[in-house]
Amino acid sequence: MFKTILIANRGEIACRVIKTARRMGIRTVAVYSDADRDALHVAMADTAVHIGPAQASESYLVIDKIIDACKRTGAEAVHPGYGFLSEREAFARALSDNAITFIGPNAHAIAAMGDKIESKKAAAAAGVSTVPGHLGVIETAEEASRIADQIGYPVMIKASAGGGGKGMRIAYNATEAREGFQLARSEAKSSFGDDRVFVEKFIVDPRHIEIQVLGDKHGNVIHLGERECSIQRRNQKVVEEAPSPLLDEETRARMGAQAVALAKAVGYDSAGTVEFVAGQDKSFYFLEMNTRLQVEHPVTEMVTGLDLVEMMIRVAAGEPLGIAQKDVTLSGWAVESRVYAEDPYRNFLPSIGRLTTYRPPAEGRFGETTVRNDTGVEEGGEISLFYDPMIAKLVTHAPTRIAAIDAQARALDAFAIEGIQHNIPFLSSLMQHERWRDGRLSTGFIREEYPDGFVARTPDDTERDTLAAVAAFADNVSNERRKRISGQLRGRGYAFPPRRIVRFSDGVDVHVRVANAGRETAITFYNDDTERRTVSLRSNWVPGQPVFAGVIDGAAFNTQLKPITNGYRLALSGIAIKASVYTAREAELEKLMPVKIGAGASKSLLCPMPGLVKAIEVVEGQAVKAGEVLAIVEAMKMENQLRADRDAVVKSIKAKAGDTLAVDAVILEFA
Amino acid sequence: MKDIIEQLETRRANARLGGGERRTKAQHGRGKLTARERIDLLLDDGSFEEFDMFVEHRCVDFGMDKAEKIPGDGVVTGWGTVNGRTVFVFSKDFTVLGGSLSDTHAAKIVKVQEMALKVRAPIIGLFDAGGARIQEGVAALGGYGEVFLRNVRASGVIPQISVIMGPCAGGDVYSPAMTDFIFMVRDTSYMFVTGPEVVKTVTNETVTSEELGGAKVHSSKSSVADGAFDTDVDALLQVRRLIDFLPANCEDGVPEVPSFDDANRVDTSLDTLIPDNPNKPYDMRELITKVIDEADFFEIGTDFARNIITGFARLEGRSVGIVANQPMVLAGVLDSDASRKAARFVRFCDAFNIPIVTFVDVPGFLPGVAQEHGGIIKHGAKLLFAFSQATVPLVTVITRKAFGGAYVVMSSKHIGSDMNYAWPTAQIAVMGAKGAVEIIFRADTGDADAISERTREYEARFLSPFVAAERGYIDEVIQPHSTRRRITRALAMLRNKHVERPKRKHDNIPL
Repeated sequence: MFKTILIANRGEIACRVIKTARRMGIRTVAVYSDADRDALHVAMADTAVHIGPAQASESYLVIDKIIDACKRTGAEAVHPGYGFLSEREAFARALSDNAITFIGPNAHAIAAMGDKIESKKAAAAAGVSTVPGHLGVIETAEEASRIADQIGYPVMIKASAGGGGKGMRIAYNATEAREGFQLARSEAKSSFGDDRVFVEKFIVDPRHIEIQVLGDKHGNVIHLGERECSIQRRNQKVVEEAPSPLLDEETRARMGAQAVALAKAVGYDSAGTVEFVAGQDKSFYFLEMNTRLQVEHPVTEMVTGLDLVEMMIRVAAGEPLGIAQKDVTLSGWAVESRVYAEDPYRNFLPSIGRLTTYRPPAEGRFGETTVRNDTGVEEGGEISLFYDPMIAKLVTHAPTRIAAIDAQARALDAFAIEGIQHNIPFLSSLMQHERWRDGRLSTGFIREEYPDGFVARTPDDTERDTLAAVAAFADNVSNERRKRISGQLRGRGYAFPPRRIVRFSDGVDVHVRVANAGRETAITFYNDDTERRTVSLRSNWVPGQPVFAGVIDGAAFNTQLKPITNGYRLALSGIAIKASVYTAREAELEKLMPVKIGAGASKSLLCPMPGLVKAIEVVEGQAVKAGEVLAIVEAMKMENQLRADRDAVVKSIKAKAGDTLAVDAVILEFA
Repeated sequence: MKDIIEQLETRRANARLGGGERRTKAQHGRGKLTARERIDLLLDDGSFEEFDMFVEHRCVDFGMDKAEKIPGDGVVTGWGTVNGRTVFVFSKDFTVLGGSLSDTHAAKIVKVQEMALKVRAPIIGLFDAGGARIQEGVAALGGYGEVFLRNVRASGVIPQISVIMGPCAGGDVYSPAMTDFIFMVRDTSYMFVTGPEVVKTVTNETVTSEELGGAKVHSSKSSVADGAFDTDVDALLQVRRLIDFLPANCEDGVPEVPSFDDANRVDTSLDTLIPDNPNKPYDMRELITKVIDEADFFEIGTDFARNIITGFARLEGRSVGIVANQPMVLAGVLDSDASRKAARFVRFCDAFNIPIVTFVDVPGFLPGVAQEHGGIIKHGAKLLFAFSQATVPLVTVITRKAFGGAYVVMSSKHIGSDMNYAWPTAQIAVMGAKGAVEIIFRADTGDADAISERTREYEARFLSPFVAAERGYIDEVIQPHSTRRRITRALAMLRNKHVERPKRKHDNIPL
């Protein structure tokens, strides 16, 4: 076994690899760029080597610097993580030239699977199911319909030179196939000057399902079941799970066997993933093979009980797999959420900055559920614009899918992050989404279910009571303490009225009465003066804590809670709402107060991140509708459309195309 | 007997109606509460005891003797409790003769002012009034004078707070101006010495009341107000929160509440607060909220001179005043406005025995013609004077830059601070490296290599806390993560600090 390994990566995956290596008694070497001097992976490793400036192209992607770092530290092997150099054939070769072991597949396998067309050919040759289609050029409409009949409808008629949806037609029957052929062909000619078209099977509502394979240097290959990653946004995976709610034993076995066949065909000798596109009818077709450890590997680890990084290290060191296919059992269900630094309320704009608060949920086994959080940051860390905006991967495991989802929801509610915007509100909301909970997935899920972007959920009656109970409890704790302030009038201990009205920012009032009884607090809900319901709430929450962990009538829950002027900002399961706790008199008088619309902020469009103005899409005096694009700002090489959050009239424009703006700089003002 | 008792109740009910239902409705229509509703919100439930409910005016001129007389004469006065602690209050009643000040109205205010001073309890004034009652002429002016005099007599003895919740013009503005804190309600309140009509006549400027003296102007530009809130309810509930931080008077010491926050809590995230790049800003508010109890910070003057932060917090449940440079705004530089803002806050804390914790990251005083001509020498001197004069416990933490005269001013050891800590990232020097090298090594000008070598030398030698620590100007260089524990322990040790100053009539702060 290796004595020292180097991890040619950063962030959560570097930390993940270090953890396993340490458990195996292997010394670890981290590498870091200027931007990562204080990063967690540097602190965790036994040794760290500086490899250059923040830009990955000058640090993490420079093969020579990694090899040099190995030589300086005596590292015998390199784990590449994912991304960066993990799938570079040249990297694997360079390491082997320097007698350093690559903890990954052999260079030949990387090369074979790295090419889209070659990999498809190899797959077909290995008997892997590929998308049915006719790759030859089709000359006539009749030929098109005949081929379509053979493939089975629906089919997609595509221009060979196509792209961007142009020259592309979907046909559900022979007539449509003939018409589609004509249209696609003429469009292809006019758009690309190339009228060649071909036909392939069109998969309706496709799902993304992938098989984890594992091989050794002795020709053994097994598979570890599947992962479903259909919840994607712009082809970026957001939530993954294992197993897939679509598959049955038989399909799983067939997919697994095909994946193993392909791996064997290319002499695969490490952890890898064979990706398939699957139809709702459980048909599946080869997409590509990833010759590295996947981001979402923890869900497989949770259901198989195996440590993929450990197995990668062992097979790289030449050990045989040690387990056969029959030893692999899947137990329970695992769900993973990718926590990203992006603002779900603003079309998932990236967000960078300092993590002023970072309190992940407690990890470990709690009864039948397990919570695991793979992260590369800690409180006070920085999300920089140089790298992937992923903050953490939150994984929960439980005996059933619904239990795993509920555990995920609770863990997300306990995940406190401040300083940057993050997608936890979206993930939390998703965990409550009926279609997700039913497992009716497709890669179009987010587009279909959130066509107008993400908005916070509205609480149902039970959630409303929970939020009201939390606000009333927090208010009560503060009041109990105020009662004990020094310097009070003697003999007249100040007593505050136990009846309270929790007023939510959406205008709903919940009447409550709070009574302490030992460790329990009884919260009674009223409809006017009649008691509606009494719950027992237990919590150790004290002011200053960002997460309220409580138990209502035996059911544990977490709520995010942040004090604001005369109230709290609360977040629970994708609900974001403000609540003020008033006495009856306060509530009565507050009703008389005028509603102030978005004090200040929404009177102007502020630059949400440091960036370059690409275009201003409106003129002074123009009336705009909510959702209309006002300006385009480029940041981190991404163009971001800034939209109006309400109907308004543009009063003045303060920035022009080409300006470099700081965060919160005024772009334009509304009347 | 019974009918006499009933008569009392009738008279009381009548007085409580103020200017009547119609005017009350109009008041609500403007988004404002009535004088008594405001008192309900400010004080503990049922704790209000009213004085002078039946006072009526005695004016006979201009038909005032024939007009309907409304008991209370436009101001509701009395006392009650805020979380069980005594406070006095007067609340102008806009529904009664526009809340205008008469001889008798003034006498009511004077009565609570004197009572508050006598029993050493805070006084809160709620303003919503149309100025002097013109019909009373010079008697009203005299009334103002009496109120002003009591404001000054009480200054530094009991906390005085003013909340502007409607018009406050002419003579009315000077009573709040002499109190410790002024808060305003957005959109419904304004303050000015002369209104838009007079301004138009005299200077031919056209301006609205809001533009001339609204909450935004006074809280961000003129610094007349120390804060602004959206509604009456927000303002009054926040004043309750503020009262919890304040001592009842200059002798009782700070109030104490049980704290849930461990005094020994370490916060490792503070170890990465200071960016690697010395020119990159960071948010000083993060340090403040992570060091104090439960992140509970009541900021004073949030929107004015944002390059310095002032406000109240607690450590081990006891109130402290916080003064901190804010690198996020103008690099945390001291200018005239920042100096004035901090000086006034320091003086308040010192007057009421509230210990002061100062966080320093200051690149110096702001250069420029506008600053010099605006009197930065004198304004900067105010802060220097205020810190030098303070006898309360003073604890200072230098996080990064402490350059030049601004280092001395920001509660340095030299001007009487008790415990001065520096983070390892501190740079205590007469100026930054570039400027210093250009002056000291003028001969090397033009020789880029020599200059950069000299700059490195200077940085290594002076841009650290250790030169100051070698001289004892810094008591200890501390780990950022232990800041809370260090400050808390220093304040505990300093609790019985006692300083005698030479006898004098009073000092002469450069106003």
